[in-house]
Amino acid sequence: MSELIEVTVNVNSEEYRRSVEPRMLLSDFIRHELSLSGTHVGCEQGVCGACTIQLDGAAVRSCLMFAVQADGHQIRTVEDLGTMDELHTLQEAFWEAHGLQCGFCTPGFLMSILPVLEENPEVSEETIQRAMEGNLCRCTGYQHIRDAVKQAAEKMVAGGEA
Amino acid sequence: MKPASFEYVAPTTLDQALERLAEHGFEAKVIAGGQSLIPMMNFRLAQPSVLIDLNKIAELSYIRLKDDELRIGAMTRHVQVERDALIARHAPLIHEAMTKIATPQIRNRGTFGGSIAHADPAAELTAVTVALDARFRLQSAGGERWVPADEFFFGMFATALGPDEMLVEAAIPVAPERTGYALEEEARRAHDFAMAGAAAVTALDEGGKCSAARLVYFSIGDVPTDAGDAVAVLIGKEPTPDLIQSVVDTAADRLEPSDDIHATAEFRLHLARVLGRRALQRAFERAAVEAN
Repeated sequence: MSELIEVTVNVNSEEYRRSVEPRMLLSDFIRHELSLSGTHVGCEQGVCGACTIQLDGAAVRSCLMFAVQADGHQIRTVEDLGTMDELHTLQEAFWEAHGLQCGFCTPGFLMSILPVLEENPEVSEETIQRAMEGNLCRCTGYQHIRDAVKQAAEKMVAGGEA
Repeated sequence: MKPASFEYVAPTTLDQALERLAEHGFEAKVIAGGQSLIPMMNFRLAQPSVLIDLNKIAELSYIRLKDDELRIGAMTRHVQVERDALIARHAPLIHEAMTKIATPQIRNRGTFGGSIAHADPAAELTAVTVALDARFRLQSAGGERWVPADEFFFGMFATALGPDEMLVEAAIPVAPERTGYALEEEARRAHDFAMAGAAAVTALDEGGKCSAARLVYFSIGDVPTDAGDAVAVLIGKEPTPDLIQSVVDTAADRLEPSDDIHATAEFRLHLARVLGRRALQRAFERAAVEAN
């Protein structure tokens, strides 16, 4: 085991300090060190997108970063969206439009799509498709996810969000 | 934890990073965006004992115009290149290539220099930089040297970089007037590795005759494959569809693609013909628009 390195990260507006091995992936750090299990781990080789989180506002694969590299950075995970009682607009749209079945890929989709809608919710079909390109879903066939994103985008435009 | 243990160093200046690299050499691996290296480490295909992280070195991230060249710092992320106005204007082939590279999440983290130094045969930027006559600045603690793109790629994941050297900058000549460009590729799924691809750069003179033509394939061999003479015969002629067809047929006859799990050699050859033709045609169409 190599030397432990102290890491300070801001996750969902809360500061965490932990000592970790350099080889600990950010995805494992979020799940096991911070007990935030909403971030899912699928392929661990950057293909499936289930572990997508936001690093300083940009969607990235948490399995393709080491936790030590996140030192001093801002992280946002799916836990930062809505609660069971009060879903985020995007989560609610996934629910209403059947944007998920098993739900394994959902946190990744949400975290990939949200920065795009937050930058500008007036999205074209092409922008929606591009925002979804880095995430795999084995249940829905993607059509309902696309519908959910459209629905959320419309609500966000109407509600003046973002 | 999937990767093997390593010692982690995160220098904040290039000089510090080069010193560490000189110290550890083959034992060390430099990590840029990590979007190819970390998967390899997760599979334990790569087990460096020292990882030198470049992400804290701000001086390696920039896009600027210097004389008649675009200079791109090695740590400039794909997303920055994709959105940069100088790139769109002066290196439209690179602009076009960016959205074909991996996925948005990978482009948010992956870097321009990292993709080139990694030298994956399926990487768009290998062929694009060769087609654009780019040069790379390689630096070590002992000094620096410039290597042209067409002499940089040695083989699959193998480059001109010595164990103590780092690719720190790419220089790309600004596209002259009446120049057209195109990148064509075919992959099984959106953003998957290309089974084959082609980058074309062409130019037309005032009379509508071809004054320059370059066609470089990727994912056909271990290194970017320049069609060279086969395409140079276009120069001085009007690039008619028939002529383009015969040129790409000649170029394809010289290719020796190999089989792998993604595509057979025969299919790759077929793709090379089709994509090569499309790339040249589209490049000439754009050159014609530029000329007007």
